[in-house]
Amino acid sequence: MSILNSKIPEGPISEKWSNHKAEIKVVSPANKRKLEVIVIGTGLAGASAAASLSELGYNVKAFCYQDSPRRAHSIAAQGGINAAKNYQNDNDSVYRLFYDTIKGGDYRSREANVHRLAEVSPNIIDQCVAQGVPFAREYGGLLSNRSFGGVLVSRTFYARGQTGQQLLLGAYSALNRQIAEGGVKMYTRHEMIDLVTIEGKARGIIARDLVTGEIKRFGAHAVVIASGGYGNVFFLSTNAMGSNASASWVCYKKGAFFANPCYAQIHPTCIPVHGSQQSKLTLMSESLRNDGRVWAPKKLDDAEKLRKGIIGPNDISDEDRDFYLERRYPSYGNLVPRDVASRAAKERCDAGFGVNSEGKAVYLDFKYAIERLGKGTIEKRYGNLFQMYEKITDTDPYKEPMQIYPAIHYTMGGTWVDYNLMTSVPGLYAIGEANFSDHGANRLGASALMQGLADGYFVLPYTIGDYLAGEIMVPKIDTNKPEFIEAEKAVVTRLNTLFNIKGKTPVDHFHKKLGQIMWDHVGMARNEQGLLQAIKQIQELRAEFYQDLLVPGELKNVNPELEKAGRVADFIELGELFARDALNRNESCGGHFREESSTDEGEAKRDDENFAYVAAWEFKGVDTEPLLHKEALVFETIHLTQRSYK
Amino acid sequence: MADKILNKIYVKVWRQNNPTAKGRFETYTLENISQGNSFLEMMDILNDQLIRGGKDPIAFDHDCREGICGSCSLYINGHAHGPDTMVTTCQLHMRKFNEGQTITVEPWRVGAFPVIKDVMVDRTAFEKIQQAGGFISVNTGGVPDGNTIAISQDDAEEAMDAAACIGCGACAATCKNSSAMLFLAAKVSQFAKLPQGQVEAKRRAVAMYAKMDELGFGGCTNTGACELACPKSISIAHIARLNREYLKAKIAD
Repeated sequence: MSILNSKIPEGPISEKWSNHKAEIKVVSPANKRKLEVIVIGTGLAGASAAASLSELGYNVKAFCYQDSPRRAHSIAAQGGINAAKNYQNDNDSVYRLFYDTIKGGDYRSREANVHRLAEVSPNIIDQCVAQGVPFAREYGGLLSNRSFGGVLVSRTFYARGQTGQQLLLGAYSALNRQIAEGGVKMYTRHEMIDLVTIEGKARGIIARDLVTGEIKRFGAHAVVIASGGYGNVFFLSTNAMGSNASASWVCYKKGAFFANPCYAQIHPTCIPVHGSQQSKLTLMSESLRNDGRVWAPKKLDDAEKLRKGIIGPNDISDEDRDFYLERRYPSYGNLVPRDVASRAAKERCDAGFGVNSEGKAVYLDFKYAIERLGKGTIEKRYGNLFQMYEKITDTDPYKEPMQIYPAIHYTMGGTWVDYNLMTSVPGLYAIGEANFSDHGANRLGASALMQGLADGYFVLPYTIGDYLAGEIMVPKIDTNKPEFIEAEKAVVTRLNTLFNIKGKTPVDHFHKKLGQIMWDHVGMARNEQGLLQAIKQIQELRAEFYQDLLVPGELKNVNPELEKAGRVADFIELGELFARDALNRNESCGGHFREESSTDEGEAKRDDENFAYVAAWEFKGVDTEPLLHKEALVFETIHLTQRSYK
Repeated sequence: MADKILNKIYVKVWRQNNPTAKGRFETYTLENISQGNSFLEMMDILNDQLIRGGKDPIAFDHDCREGICGSCSLYINGHAHGPDTMVTTCQLHMRKFNEGQTITVEPWRVGAFPVIKDVMVDRTAFEKIQQAGGFISVNTGGVPDGNTIAISQDDAEEAMDAAACIGCGACAATCKNSSAMLFLAAKVSQFAKLPQGQVEAKRRAVAMYAKMDELGFGGCTNTGACELACPKSISIAHIARLNREYLKAKIAD
């Protein structure tokens, strides 16, 4: 028997959530007023949770490192949000969304969690509409939908190419209302540096004020981590520059298990890397694959000429274009899931058909859609994305196809949580991208927004009550307790250590080096030898980091280099765990592709007999190997098959 | 297409160690900058050079680097977000600059946005304006089905035009009166175009307006500079709608 108790309710899949809600405890309004909850991060999950908890009557302290909660990286999500509304009458349903998500995740997520996600998805749309989110509308005034990868129905709601922005601003407005009413105390430009546990329970945090450098203690009856994913372990990703895993990582070191770290999503349509000084990658929404056709040249000779700039893409006739997704996957075509599309692009480029000077790009072409629908329609659908592309690349995508290449985008792995979204530390919760539970080994497009808001609006506000009902006799947490003093001391020591190395090399250098190791050996294709090498190289990098890091400036002032140093120190450790997990999982599933486990056609081959489990890692010390706990994935409703999009 | 290399450029930056310190311009020389780099990548290279030279790097706000989070906020050669149109600082590329050019980098100069350090400013005032009424008062749960409220496509599109505001502050930084009217108008106008926003329309316009005044932003004299500086091209027609909403509320009072 595993020490992991997922607390999945009994009963048929469609009744689990309602049964569970009927059984869990509820805190009375009078007692809610006495309880405090800390929320780390103000993206879709954090902002929606903080607002909803405050509306219920809890006292909330919310934290973000940015100067405003509205700047959390959920803001950058472009394409849309899924919901099982079946407004299109195309036979969508809660079951179909559930099924698509399980299949899209390559059968590595928990059935019960995913079904709950599908069940609450329609409520999210209603909530956002009520908040004034300006979703796209049909001429008759009703809500409009578009299609996304990996599904055969239209269930994605959108607000131009800025859906994440509009949903976040909706949650932000709800949060602002609570801040104004006093239910939420908002701490901007504050970064959580440590978790404080007392007698095994999460009781608060230590945070650094990023303006004054002051180290502060905050107590609460429960702590919620909503600080997003760890894609920036690759340095170059579509994440924001400040996106980091430190909150999750300190929780890991305080006993919260970290699950499936090797599941990272590589998004197929990003603007290709342009040079060694690049700081981040820009995503071009998956929605573009509704109307854009992906191709590479058929002839090696043409590819060569394109790379040298002798010819342009428009010089290649239709017969000489290889629409390889339509060729390989006729039923889903350009709308195959992200992991499949990414590997197919890599396969073409590795075979010598890449089209930019580095040979690391393929085309996403709108010529055909413009011929069919007219430029005006395409402009209306994707205008802001086309403008963004042109500003970055100096090329007009209405006239010439976009160049795209896969890039790190999202992490499905994260802090292990049970059905209540509680981690293995009592009173510590993880929601949104920070947890691991809903997307398995690959996330479908437009499902991140859905999960973030489902957790924050409709799941956590119920499930946290079950724990807090047992805490109503606990008085306001005293931050002068020895556990707080100890934690603060440890934080000060850690910051001093980083600051006082006074080596020769700025932190970005180490971050880039880590990213290169990850991309080379733990990227789109992984094998045993490469992973072993990555672990060794990361360990060497860690040693070098603590000898040669140079943090300038002052401890007690604005100091972005100090902030980065702490985050990169954690990323180095996380990168090692990531590689270990990838090494352990000797199968291919979703975004995790082990070369040792593939079919003759080069497709991923899952191994359900040996790997149908969640890998939850327990911290045992920085220089000690972590301990693996396995949570078996039980499929009661869906029959496991090899995924096919052909 | 290979990007050209700028052999030498000069970056003249506002340096100020903290809110109360006296600020000054410092000029730095940079070599071999690819025009394919974004402006902030150029700043990264400059900071790397400063750190390796034992100097304090320049503090500036930035995060998503794709023009949507609204963090970046530099006043470059006399323009909010620099010489390009419809971009944020992070989307500005070095193609817009020439060999040997001196590039002047300043913080937003707005009384209500005090400098924190160097070219990083405190935009908490914008938060307070939103908290004064930039929301529809609905709790989570208990709301009607999304399709019970039909909204014409034109109204939804216009609401979206306004809702595209990223809260960067370029409007106030560009305005000779340091007015935040375009920022305020974007929110009021978004809700004014939607049926959901009608219930609290009067209170919203008055409360947000009063908060803007209280925080020390200037009044609007319709110069239209904000619209030109806005990276999302939010039209001053939204200011006209804000004024209508405000008047309606005052007359009803």
